Amino acid sequence: MMVKEEKGAGGGNDIQWCFSQVKGAIDDDVAEADIISTVEFNHSGELLATGDKGGRVVIFQQEQENKIQSHSRGEYNVYSTFQSHEPEFDYLKSLEIEEKINKIRWLPQKNAAQFLLSTNDKTIKLWKISERDKRPEGYNLKEEDGRYRDPTTVTTLRVPVFRPMDLMVEASPRRIFANAHTYHINSISINSDYETYLSADDLRINLWHLEITDRSFNIVDIKPANMEELTEVITAAEFHPNSCNTFVYSSSKGTIRLCDMRASALCDRHSKLFEEPEDPSNRSFFSEIISSISDVKFSHSGRYMMTRDYLSVKIWDLNMENRPVETYQVHEYLRSKLCSLYENDCIFDKFECCWNGSDSVVMTGSYNNFFRMFDRNTKRDITLEASRENNKPRTVLKPRKVCASGKRKKDEISVDSLDFNKKILHTAWHPKENIIAVATTNNLYIFQDKVN
Amino acid sequence: MLSKGLKRKREDELEKETLAVDAWWLGPRPPAVAQAPPAVASSSLFDLSVLKLHHSLRQSEPDLRHLVLVVNTLRRIQASMAPEAPLSPVPSPPPAPGAAADSLLASSDAALSASMASLLEDLSHIEGLSQAPQPLVDEGPPGRPTSGAPPSLGALDLLGPATGCLLDDELEGLFEDIDTSMYDSELWAPASEGVKPGPEAGPGKEETLELDEAELDYLLDVLVGTQALERPPGPGR
Repeated sequence: MMVKEEKGAGGGNDIQWCFSQVKGAIDDDVAEADIISTVEFNHSGELLATGDKGGRVVIFQQEQENKIQSHSRGEYNVYSTFQSHEPEFDYLKSLEIEEKINKIRWLPQKNAAQFLLSTNDKTIKLWKISERDKRPEGYNLKEEDGRYRDPTTVTTLRVPVFRPMDLMVEASPRRIFANAHTYHINSISINSDYETYLSADDLRINLWHLEITDRSFNIVDIKPANMEELTEVITAAEFHPNSCNTFVYSSSKGTIRLCDMRASALCDRHSKLFEEPEDPSNRSFFSEIISSISDVKFSHSGRYMMTRDYLSVKIWDLNMENRPVETYQVHEYLRSKLCSLYENDCIFDKFECCWNGSDSVVMTGSYNNFFRMFDRNTKRDITLEASRENNKPRTVLKPRKVCASGKRKKDEISVDSLDFNKKILHTAWHPKENIIAVATTNNLYIFQDKVN
Repeated sequence: MLSKGLKRKREDELEKETLAVDAWWLGPRPPAVAQAPPAVASSSLFDLSVLKLHHSLRQSEPDLRHLVLVVNTLRRIQASMAPEAPLSPVPSPPPAPGAAADSLLASSDAALSASMASLLEDLSHIEGLSQAPQPLVDEGPPGRPTSGAPPSLGALDLLGPATGCLLDDELEGLFEDIDTSMYDSELWAPASEGVKPGPEAGPGKEETLELDEAELDYLLDVLVGTQALERPPGPGR
C-alpha cells in the first residue's frame, strides 16, 4: 500500500497538532516507579487515567471550557491519585509480584461516581472514584471535631445540615479479583453488557462478572497438555464493542482469533482466524518475533480491528480473514536493523495503538519519542515528536522525518541517531475530540489540534 | 524490594541486569550495524540466542512470551545451520561420526531441547501438583473436562486450603532422587559435550545419569527456584 508523506500534512483533514501540556518529572533521572505503563481516556474524555510501574494510578480531569478564552480546550489537571497495587511477595516461590499497572479500563458512568478496572500481573481491582463536596454539620451527640458530647449536656435538638466543603476525591477499592491467573495478565476488556469483563494472560482468558470475585470462568486455554509443545502465547484480547458474545485474542505468532461465546462454553475453537501469509521476500530469522502482535483494538464501529506488530499497523475487516485491508508501515527503516534490535531486546518491545473517535485516523508510537498517525481516508501519515523542546502551548508540532539511507536532508534524523531508549509504547485518543495523550518513559504529553 | 522513599535510578537497574552479554549492547544506543539477514545464521547469532534463552530461563519468573519467541527463533537458526538436525524435541542420533560440527549441533540441539523440555515439563508438573482436586460447579458453563490433563483454572474455587499441604508433600518427593553431587559441575559449555542424551527428552528420573550436567543444572534451578506457580490462598476480599 502506498503511503504518501507530505511535509506539513497532519492526520485527518490537515489537522495541525499543538502542544498542550506535559505531566511528570522534568529531570533526566528516571525513577523506576514513575515509568508510565498505561494510559486511558474514559468514555466521555473528561477523565484521563495513567498507571505506572510503582502501582499508582493518576487521574486527570479536563477543566470546563473557558468560554471567553476559546484558544484551546480545557486543560487536564490532577483529579485523583491513589496506590492501586502494592508489591506482593509470594512466599512459596520466593518471588515478588510486580505492582506495575499493566492496564486500566474505565466503566461507563452510571451515576455520580466513576469506576475503573486496573490490573497488575496477577490481580484485577475495581476502583470507585467519588467526589465529596459537602459534609454534615450540627450533630446532636458529637462535637464538630468528632468527640462525643455528654448526653446530659444536650438540652435542645437540631437537625444536621449539609454544608459545602472543599472538593475531595476519594478512590476506594470495591472489588478485588485475585488468584485466577497463573501467568502474567496482559489485557482486560469490559463487555458491552457492562456486567462482565475478560482478563487474559499468556495462556488463558477468564470471564468475570463485575459483582463476583470468588470465581471466574475460563473461556480460552491454549496451554498444551505437554508444555514441551508450547510455541505460542496470547498477547492481547478485547471484547467486541457491540456484540456481547464476541471477543478476539492475538498471539505471538501474528494470528488473531475471533471467538463467539454462544458457540460453546470453552472457546478454544475460534470462529474466525485472521492471519496474513508471510511475505517470502521479507523472510528472516526474526520473522516470527516481528509478527508477534502487541496490541489489538476494535474500531468504535465494531466493523474493523487494528493490530500492531513490531514494524506495522494493520486494519482488518472482520469479514475477511485472509489478509488485512490496510497496512501502514510504522518504521520500515528498522527492518535492516533487526539483528541489532534483537541483541538489545528492543525487538521485543510492545507498542500499543489507538483509533480516533471517528475511526478515520490511527495512531501508534515508535522510538526516539516519535509517534505516528495514519489517516485512512487521505492515506497521508505524519511523524511527530513528544519532546520538552516544543513545549510552548499552542506551538504547532513540526513533522519529523527519519532518513533511512543515503544523504540526510536538513531536519531529517538518521536511523543511527535514533535513541532506542526513548520509546512511546502507550498512546490514547480522546473519544470525541482531537486531543491525544502520549506517554514517554515517565512523562505524559497532551496534544490538541489547533483551534482557530 | 525498595522502600518507598528511595528513587532507584533506571540506569542502575539496567546495569544490574547486564550479564556477560554486556558486549552486545553498551550505552544508550545499539550498535549501528546494518546487517542483511544472512541466509545461514552465523554462529554468533546462535550463541546470542542461546545466551538469551539461558538468561530467560534463569529468571525467577520467566517472561513466557520472550521465552517462547527466543526458543522458536533458536530452532529456526539451528535448522538453518544443521539442516539434518532434528527440530522436534525428540533428538535423533547424530549423523556420521566424521562430521564433528554436525554432531556438536545435534547434541547441543538435543541438549537444548531436553533442557527446555525438562524445564517446561517441570513447570507443568508443579502447576498440576498445586491444584487440589476441584469440585465441578453445577451452575454456569461446564468448563474443561477434568480427565487426563491437569484441571484448568475453570469455573471453580481456585485454591483450597488443602493445597499448601499437598504441595509440601509432593515437593519432598521431587527432591528424593536428585543426586546432588552433580551440582558442583560447570555450567553448560557446548564444546565439551560428549554425552548423548537418552532416547526420550522427558525429565524421567531414571535417565538422570544420561542427562548431562547442564540439564541437571537447569532442573535444579527449576526445582529450587520455581517450586510452585500457584500462589497460596491470599487474603482476598
